[in-house]
Amino acid sequence: MRSFAFRAAVAASFALASASAAVAPGSPEKGKTAFIVHGCFQCHGTVGQGSVATSRGKVLYDTQLPIEAFIGFVRGTNRAMPPYSEKILSDADLTDIYAYLESLPKPADYKMIPLLNNP
Amino acid sequence: MARKSRSDRQTREADVSRRSFLSGAAVAGAAATGATSTTALAATAPDPAAAPRLPSAARPSAMVAAAEVGTPRALPAGAKDGAAGSDFMVDVIKSLDIKYLPCNPASSFRALHESLINYGGNKQPEFLTCTHEEAAVAMCHGYFKIAGKPLMTVVHGTVGLQHATMAIYNAWCDRVPVIVLGGTDLDAAHRPPGVPTIHSAVDINSIVRDFTKWDDQPTSLEHFAQSMVRAYRFAMTPPYEPVAIAVDAELQESTIREEGETLYIPRYIASAPPAGDPNAVREAAKLLVNAERPVIVADRAARTPDGMKRLVELAELLQAPVVDQGGRMNFPNTHHLRRAAAVIAQADVVLGLELTDFWATVNLHVDNGEYDGHGLNETRVKPGTKLISINSVELHTKSNYQDFQRFQVVDVGMAADAEATLPSLIEAVRAAIPNDRKDAIAKRGEASRKAHEEARARNLQLAAIGWDATPISTARLCMEIWPHIKDLDWSMVGSERQMSSWPSRLWKMDTHYRHIGGPGGYGVGYSSPAAVGAALANRDLGRFSLNLQTDGDMMYVPGVLWTAARHKIPMLTVMHNNRGYHQETMHVQRMSNRRNRVAYLGKDLGPLGTRIENPDIDYATLAKSMGWWSAGPITDPNDIGPTIKKAVEVVKAGEPALVDTVTQPR
Repeated sequence: MRSFAFRAAVAASFALASASAAVAPGSPEKGKTAFIVHGCFQCHGTVGQGSVATSRGKVLYDTQLPIEAFIGFVRGTNRAMPPYSEKILSDADLTDIYAYLESLPKPADYKMIPLLNNP
Repeated sequence: MARKSRSDRQTREADVSRRSFLSGAAVAGAAATGATSTTALAATAPDPAAAPRLPSAARPSAMVAAAEVGTPRALPAGAKDGAAGSDFMVDVIKSLDIKYLPCNPASSFRALHESLINYGGNKQPEFLTCTHEEAAVAMCHGYFKIAGKPLMTVVHGTVGLQHATMAIYNAWCDRVPVIVLGGTDLDAAHRPPGVPTIHSAVDINSIVRDFTKWDDQPTSLEHFAQSMVRAYRFAMTPPYEPVAIAVDAELQESTIREEGETLYIPRYIASAPPAGDPNAVREAAKLLVNAERPVIVADRAARTPDGMKRLVELAELLQAPVVDQGGRMNFPNTHHLRRAAAVIAQADVVLGLELTDFWATVNLHVDNGEYDGHGLNETRVKPGTKLISINSVELHTKSNYQDFQRFQVVDVGMAADAEATLPSLIEAVRAAIPNDRKDAIAKRGEASRKAHEEARARNLQLAAIGWDATPISTARLCMEIWPHIKDLDWSMVGSERQMSSWPSRLWKMDTHYRHIGGPGGYGVGYSSPAAVGAALANRDLGRFSLNLQTDGDMMYVPGVLWTAARHKIPMLTVMHNNRGYHQETMHVQRMSNRRNRVAYLGKDLGPLGTRIENPDIDYATLAKSMGWWSAGPITDPNDIGPTIKKAVEVVKAGEPALVDTVTQPR
């Protein structure tokens, strides 16, 4: 059911995208600020690491979504995450947030971090 | 022990009463304040030798002040001639082998206090000075979850009990026995006016009756003896719960007379825990054995170390995955059958052991405002999934407070203690497994082993995300601590849920004391005092105590830090300092979104009223001021390891240490 809702939101976002002009690239720097100011970090962590407690374990550092789908999800989701209308979080801010998330470096393989190999 | 005696309640008229003692104290106290007040009081104060009643027009403020701070001029005759009633109360308490008494002092139990430290020698129980009754009860709460034995506290029956209520509610919800004594002064005609009267009530226990298992207000010393032993026995019979006993000041300060009835202390014999009905056990075993994908879910199932062993035995017999909801340390996370909650979706039979919320175990509620604001409800399990419940709470629940959660229909229900039922269930399962099922059951185990290893690798990779982030990731914090405790006999005495449960996901937890669960009632202010109580129990067992402490919880009763230092309770507290009431941050954000309004932040990083910043609290200085070794705030994750290393050495030397780290929200 949950994955269905997610797919529906993503499908809706693609429909939106096809009817609108291509979204201009955002600013990772502005996006980082928006990610904090709009409280995204409260559930997703400052680098999109997520939490089993607040984002059901979903991570954002690598969304694997086109920006249209990303914006569509934020607008249309109504599950654990509440939807954000444009009044609350503008397309421009979301575009910057997307750019910030895309700019995050891929985390190291845990096998390369000594403390994560210390049973 | 036995004494031939009678309370002076019956012979009060003929004796020099404690009221005249108070009168004497009033004069003496007033004398210490200066000639003018002495003269003024002397004109109205009665002659102690005449032992008259206090007039209703007595000056309450002077009398009360004197009674509170004055030095007795002379002991009442009864105290010279016979044993104090509160001495007998101490004998009763000692018979129950209660080791400690976390307590904030108060005049309504001054006689009992005096007897405990003088007559009782401050042993069994030892008085531990607390700065708040909430902390005292929560210390009892945490202590029990390590020691398996209850502590008692004594509080002012009115204002002290009011302070203590939230902690008692937590203990109630967490199924933990705490013995709460409350001082009161029942005799409205003779008790001192002013504060002692304000601090009395007809029925002090009424405010906790909805979340205590039993309470009483003894009217004689023998009544006290029976009620204390009865209360202890009720509290210690599953479901464990707190109990409350009112102790009348008159009774405490009475003198045991050499006449009348013989006082005796009933012997405490533990009641056997309630085990499941044999027919229901066989029916449950049949369902489990014939299931293709049985799943065991445990919340407060392992009351003792034996509970974990039994649960492992049952799980291995069925090769059934076990979901540990964490109310207690039920199942080792190193075991291949330990699984995440998602496995419940695959089940055809779910065995729930002492679940707080069976409904939410098999259903999902989405707080999204749909359905007239009630939110969305979905099942987590497939149609036809059979549900079995073993839960002692069904034997004793109350109607007002809603800790019993939503109603869930089950196919087999046992109002019984899960741990006490496991032996018979194991035998029934063993007897019911046909030979032709054994291979299929073994294959289930192989699948679980693979899933367990994959989950471990997935968690480690998730922990790597944000590894170098500032604020510090909670996963990084946990793994910076781990090398310094893993070779010790460690015990996590705080709650991990606010840290994305990283300890349970990353650390090796293989014995019952590796963690002690959460508060039960989710009343904030549990963790820091409960951790101190649990660390006290661990101290006596030679274990190392670690407390992962949230900042919001710490600020409820920070005075417990002083109690830990004062009584040499070694523990390492690492602050998960996210500078906010994070749960509430998300709630206010959710409501703002639902109403299409921008959440007002003010100058904070979250909706106004949900953050603990501007100014930021310096927890290291707070702890240092109360006698702790401390360090921080640490913002660079690379600084954590070396600091923890120093702190561990401090704790190993017998002192408490606190390291403040500024962290991600969860």
